Amino acid sequence: MIVADKKPIDEIIGQIKDYKNILILGCNECVTVCEAGGKKEVGVLASTLRMHAAKEGNDIKIDEKTLERQCDPEYVEEIRDSVDQYDCIVSLACGVGVQFTAETYHGTPVYPGVNTCFMGATEKRGLWVERCQGCGQCILATTGGICPVARCAKRLFNGPCGGSTTGKCEISKETDCAWQLIVDRMKSLNTMDEFEKLSPIKDWSTDRAGGPRKVVREDVQQ
Amino acid sequence: MKIKTPSKLEKILAAGHLAVTSECGPPRGSDPEAIVEKAQLIKDHVDAINITDNQTSMTRMCSLAACIRLKMLGLEPVLQMVTRDRNRIALQSDILGAASFDINNILCLSGDHQSFGDCAKGQNVHDIDSMQLIQTVRQMRDEGKFLGGDEIKRPPQMFVGAAANPFADPYEVRVPRLAKKIAAGVEFIQTQCIYNMGKFEQWMHEAHDRGLTEKAYIMAGLTPMKSVGMARYMKNRVPGMDVPDEVVKRLADTPKEKQAAEGIKMCVEQIQRLKEVKGLAGFHVMAIEWEEKVPGIVEEAGLYPRPQVD
Repeated sequence: MIVADKKPIDEIIGQIKDYKNILILGCNECVTVCEAGGKKEVGVLASTLRMHAAKEGNDIKIDEKTLERQCDPEYVEEIRDSVDQYDCIVSLACGVGVQFTAETYHGTPVYPGVNTCFMGATEKRGLWVERCQGCGQCILATTGGICPVARCAKRLFNGPCGGSTTGKCEISKETDCAWQLIVDRMKSLNTMDEFEKLSPIKDWSTDRAGGPRKVVREDVQQ
Repeated sequence: MKIKTPSKLEKILAAGHLAVTSECGPPRGSDPEAIVEKAQLIKDHVDAINITDNQTSMTRMCSLAACIRLKMLGLEPVLQMVTRDRNRIALQSDILGAASFDINNILCLSGDHQSFGDCAKGQNVHDIDSMQLIQTVRQMRDEGKFLGGDEIKRPPQMFVGAAANPFADPYEVRVPRLAKKIAAGVEFIQTQCIYNMGKFEQWMHEAHDRGLTEKAYIMAGLTPMKSVGMARYMKNRVPGMDVPDEVVKRLADTPKEKQAAEGIKMCVEQIQRLKEVKGLAGFHVMAIEWEEKVPGIVEEAGLYPRPQVD
């Protein structure tokens, strides 16, 4: 899933300070799972903003709505009839949802209520970890199912650097060394003889480096 | 090993001499004298001088410009180049720039992570890794071709080196990783600073057994300790560094004013012991901001005068 984290409340207050009618728009997908932008967080943010406004003596109206998805035109259309009532939308969806909503409603300012962080997984509640950077050309088959692009701070392709210490990365004792994990896994799979194969220079044209990307599937297009 | 470049360092190693290199960190400013002065201190006692490339990710004068300064003095620079800051266009371009000044040695590195330096909020590049940089220089030199396949007019003539850290984890891949660098085309290795002598000797023994010391020249990296404080810092704070307790203890047991001299003595003793290690090709003495001590170490270790080659 796409993992996001809440923006500091002061930043959101600063963004919407000139507006009177505000829609807080959540998303029922990834940001709900990572507890940053689902129905519950929409409610918490709305209450916080109302309390802040009351304290400041500001008269504002805040509505709450959570869409099934903000990255899908069908669901984003659900607010078309009501969108003109609002001076702005604070979207708690990931950056994709914020942009999709903004593209759909050209005349309404849309502000991000979360920081979109990475593609990752829930290790345990309250701990989400990065696993993929969407480089567009998956190499997991050759690295024991552990990605050095996403998990090595230097995205090395040919083994651990000289900073790997007792399983941890040189950047932090909290960060696992991806190559220690890869080596451990290769040993479990009995594929350590693969370690000495040189990994070819990567084609980054399918990565961010190649410019904005698309997946076109004519076979499923209607 | 057959000589393939005009590198003086390569000639000395190929002749079977124990080579001696050292390093100079470029200044955090544009004064060329800073690098010239450091080089003058050590030039008669070493065969080549590494110029570090924004080491520990602190922004400094670029390695290439500092190497050109050494070249202008008639000295033999080793251009250190990290993959952290440059993509494949910039790496190849800087290699050609260095080659245009007949800089004949390169050390291919990935570089310390930028979070250690003064631009912790910056991006890193890592378009290719150090292993692939080795392959890139070899392709440019041996095939006379860019990575893109086009022909290079007057290809670089560089003796290709890399680092190795026998003390980082997991240990079991440290000799295989050396083998991999050799397969990628590396011709000389300068190791991480050695303090754990037993572990280094074990690593060399394994490398020698695999025949790797016949395929690349391995130079032992040494950094004299200035004080017990430095030893503790290296032990506890520098990633991938293995400083045994007895090294710290020996310095701690020495009166403060004599610790620097003791550090030099320990370094000389290390060189004497390592001379006996099978397959070892030389020494890389990294006296960090202490270049003036290099001549004394080289002399006391019996590595002076340096051999002359054509």
